[in-house]
Amino acid sequence: MNKITRRQALGTTAGALTVLGIAGATAHAAATDSRAATTPAGTVDEVYQGRRIQIAPGTGGGHHGGHHSPGLPTVRIDGRELHVMQNADGTWISVVNHYETFADPTSLARAAVRELQGSQLAPMQMGGMA
Amino acid sequence: MTVRKNQAALTPEEKRAFTNALLELKRTGRYDRFVTTHNGFIMSDTDSGDRVGHRSPSFLPWHRRFLLEFEAALQAVDASVSIPYWDWTADRTTRSSLWAADFLGGTGRARDGQVMDGPFAYATGKWEVTVRVDGRNYLRRALGEGVAQLPTKAEVDAVLAMPVYDMAPWNSSSNGFRNNLEGWRGANLHNRVHVWVGGQMATGVSPNDPVFWMHHAFIDKLWADWQAKHPQSPYLPAAGTANVVDLRDTMRPWNDVTPADMLDHRRFYAFDAEPAAAASQR
Repeated sequence: MNKITRRQALGTTAGALTVLGIAGATAHAAATDSRAATTPAGTVDEVYQGRRIQIAPGTGGGHHGGHHSPGLPTVRIDGRELHVMQNADGTWISVVNHYETFADPTSLARAAVRELQGSQLAPMQMGGMA
Repeated sequence: MTVRKNQAALTPEEKRAFTNALLELKRTGRYDRFVTTHNGFIMSDTDSGDRVGHRSPSFLPWHRRFLLEFEAALQAVDASVSIPYWDWTADRTTRSSLWAADFLGGTGRARDGQVMDGPFAYATGKWEVTVRVDGRNYLRRALGEGVAQLPTKAEVDAVLAMPVYDMAPWNSSSNGFRNNLEGWRGANLHNRVHVWVGGQMATGVSPNDPVFWMHHAFIDKLWADWQAKHPQSPYLPAAGTANVVDLRDTMRPWNDVTPADMLDHRRFYAFDAEPAAAASQR
């Protein structure tokens, strides 16, 4: 899990990778940045405050890692999935920062890292309260 | 008849009875089932899908029923206890008696956010956080760090003035009283208080902090205050709305209670200060 990825080996900083992640979400950036073509738009793999953040964009009918809403990105911190949700206005929340909205999954994941203060996410458990 | 009181007016004996009842529910495992239920709804209520407990018109009747069930559990331990409410427009600093060691204890320490005093500090051995989203098993807070200021009375009054209960699309993007009170829109009332407290209160497992109940008891009182100001304004929507609990639809997880059943709090409890117009209107 802690092996250095190819993109980390490129020597880019966490900040630069995040720029890639966000910029990759636009068609313009995908067309002009050759690196973006190697990973799906919205993909993020960075180390932030010592924690590895990985974001895999959602796919239309896909089903990622057990979460319930196809189309949502899968956000992982040190390999553990973070439950995330998108609001109707396009902003994002997570189960770790549930009452505060964020502009994009990367800032959401970084806020979760700050909130966790080094702690590992617990395995995601869906409701089952119906 | 149960009377819900402003927490600032509680006697030392009332504070002790309330915290002891909380500790007893915790000891028996009953308490943690409420945390589990809440987090289940937090994660499953979505703006574009089925939504019951949050980001929807039934936010208010759902939490009224949830608090009633919790209050009944407290009263099974000590019949004299009711849920106090925290008026955060008035008691708005970390120096409030709410956060004293004889009641809820104070903010967390800088290093790890751990609450170090009061009946719910981890070192007491009586308040281990077991329903959690990460590895930490101690109660945490960061009062006033996630956001600097609690909502003001003027901000509350502006939301209470809104005449329509809720509006399509009946979610976090709605206009109207419910969503402005919940806080996804506008000045941000309910959501901001969760962020101001920090720690578990800012997460999906927010009922791990006993202040959850006192925050929601005040949100519930603001609903009653709004009804008194707008006696002609009904719960909305009335019927036939996909993914949303209409007036006479049953609410999960109970499946035997509707928003209509929850509209009049006086069937269940009174507040120490009832909204003036309510008595004459109903």
